[in-house]
Amino acid sequence: MAEVTIRALKKSYGGLQVVHGLDLDIVDGEFVVLVGPSGCGKSTLLRMIAGLEEVTSGDIRIGERRVNNLPPSERDIAMVFQNYALYPHKTVAANMGFALKMRGMDKAEIDQRVKRAAEVLGLTPYLDRFPRALSGGQRQRVAMGRAIVRDPQVFLFDEPLSNLDAKLRVQMRTEIRELHQRLKTTTVYVTHDQIEAMTMADKIVVMQGGRIEQVGAPLELYDRPANTFVASFIGSPSMNMIEGTVQGGTVRAGGATLPLPPGMKVAEGREVIYGIRPENLGDSPDGIRGTIAVVEPTGSETHVVVRIEGRELVAVFRDRISHRPGDQITLAPVDPAGVHLFDKATGTRF
Amino acid sequence: MNPALQALIVIVVGVGGCVGYFFLSNLFLDKVLFPARGPNAGVNTSRANMIRPWLFLFPAMVALGLYLAYPVFATAWLSLNRNGEFVGLANYSAMFGEPKFWESMRNNMLWLVVVPAGSTAFGLLAAQLTDRIRWGNLAKSLIFMPMAISFVGASVIWKLIYDTRPVEQAQIGLLNALWLKFEGGIGSFLLLRLLPGLFVLAMLALLLWAVWALLRPLVKGGSAGGFWVLAGRIVGALVALFLAWELATWLVGIAGNDLPYGQPMTWLSMPYWNSYFLMAVLIWIQTGFAMVILSAALRGVPEDTIEAALLDGANPFQIFFQIKVPQIMPTIVVVWTTITIVVLKVFDIVLAMTNGQWETQVLANYMYDKLFRALDWGMGSASAMIIMLLVTPILVWNVYNARKEMR
Repeated sequence: MAEVTIRALKKSYGGLQVVHGLDLDIVDGEFVVLVGPSGCGKSTLLRMIAGLEEVTSGDIRIGERRVNNLPPSERDIAMVFQNYALYPHKTVAANMGFALKMRGMDKAEIDQRVKRAAEVLGLTPYLDRFPRALSGGQRQRVAMGRAIVRDPQVFLFDEPLSNLDAKLRVQMRTEIRELHQRLKTTTVYVTHDQIEAMTMADKIVVMQGGRIEQVGAPLELYDRPANTFVASFIGSPSMNMIEGTVQGGTVRAGGATLPLPPGMKVAEGREVIYGIRPENLGDSPDGIRGTIAVVEPTGSETHVVVRIEGRELVAVFRDRISHRPGDQITLAPVDPAGVHLFDKATGTRF
Repeated sequence: MNPALQALIVIVVGVGGCVGYFFLSNLFLDKVLFPARGPNAGVNTSRANMIRPWLFLFPAMVALGLYLAYPVFATAWLSLNRNGEFVGLANYSAMFGEPKFWESMRNNMLWLVVVPAGSTAFGLLAAQLTDRIRWGNLAKSLIFMPMAISFVGASVIWKLIYDTRPVEQAQIGLLNALWLKFEGGIGSFLLLRLLPGLFVLAMLALLLWAVWALLRPLVKGGSAGGFWVLAGRIVGALVALFLAWELATWLVGIAGNDLPYGQPMTWLSMPYWNSYFLMAVLIWIQTGFAMVILSAALRGVPEDTIEAALLDGANPFQIFFQIKVPQIMPTIVVVWTTITIVVLKVFDIVLAMTNGQWETQVLANYMYDKLFRALDWGMGSASAMIIMLLVTPILVWNVYNARKEMR
């Protein structure tokens, strides 16, 4: 186990720079999720840590060692690939033991380690099978088994669940998380799915366009997003963003007047973006008036899409509601303290 | 009439005839035989659809029957006759009594093992080495080019390479020109003994390793696979063992033989070696074929399995032999068997270069000799039957593998 330290890391392909100077500290034993839209550089970052992509400039350290120029096999890492990358011509046992065999380990020792890993993952009955005879979830487990037999300092996961169906994904999410709690190995996990990030991470790194937007614990990111990108990326349904102007301690947006969070001082006349989570919007005598476009009951809660002056707001109600599409509704923040205020010019939080 | 015009008429009539056949026969089926109307419309449609494939197959089946199936039976019948009289297996026993036949058999077996092995190995090597370099495609084009040359053309080219002139004249053959550069000094030792010796030794080691790798699962027992896998392993091991034996004798020769420096050699009449000089021509041609197919197969190996192997600490050789080659094994088998079939039919090269003299005879040329020079239809047909018997199992195996590959 080891910490991973990244300093001023850059990556260019020819003249095209795709990673612009990243700094990141990953604490020993931490489960870190890199999340962002496709093309944000998260996979490139992971592959640079793995040694599959060359570093253009900057430093990557695993533990005490600077690993920039070490070949992947000497970095003491294990990686789980999106398509599992199992060797189709080897049995499950041979797949899991290959790295140990390459290391020149004793055959009995390899067998023992493979058996132990197979037990942890529930793969013991399948050890003599070939990958083609396994289901998606089992292949995923073999890929994880291949990583854990090596007992590496860092696990790297590259969107490992994106090929599984929804139900299996939720199940494997829990399994990976449990495995981490048991092994306590430093883990870097890449995904584009913010729910995966929220549920699994100790620490989330939100990336966009080759830069880190924000680093923090899941709820920290949810409660205090540093900018509009993080605010809209984290949380589902995503945060409502209303453009407005500060006037006399309130925000004027269109015809509506919205309260500022208590204790917040913003200069008069400043253009702002007023962010409200859908669950923080509620029925209220005064606020933003609009027409209900769609009502989506999910059972535990109801999503209501409201159309206001050509824009859409989403509100989430915990209680059963009697509203129907076409009804008029007035929405306002339930708790003004839960409102997020961003500078319209820069997108950063006040 | 102008020949060009004639050709045009033939094309129009030929293609038009084909189109007309398919169009009219389908029209007849749909409108007259089983029309899709009336009370039986549904039944008629499904009947028409059952017959339709046969309409498409009919011309091919007639052509194949006439030019392939009938000759097989006719040849079989001819092989049992002599001068119009039925003689049973007399032709065969006469043929088995001829030393030239057994020479052809022996040479054919040698060709059968050496040429596919050489072509596949060089093709695989070329495919792997040209994979990631910028001028790889140029190199591939050059290696593939001999495929475009006819066997006879290639033989003429190589005959020039092996050409021999009397001592006092300048040598126009490339091989002799090179050979005369050696005079027995240190350079000759390096280039004619040490370097080839090391190369042969390396190949020998590789072959012995292959034998071991093929037989290991058998010795260990356990899950050795089905009967065919087992048979394949044993045949593969025997082939590798045979090649290893050949190489071992070469190694002895390289180490011990006295070389007649300064004398031009008549390469094509050197017993034993001249067969190899002929095989070189076919390997030269077939390497391009093997390379193209194997190169495509190598490209198809999932990139992430290679990256996973890299992370697992495999070096480039281990990645090649333990990750890439096993994944393209089905393709290697198809390439190998396809070349094997070409080899069994080899005729033009031998005819054009030695015509079977100096112990280079092969079955196809032997058959040609009997049929068209000695005009012995009985024995010629008998040798043709032997060739067919040898080709058939390989052909079946090849088709089986190719179909498995397609699934």
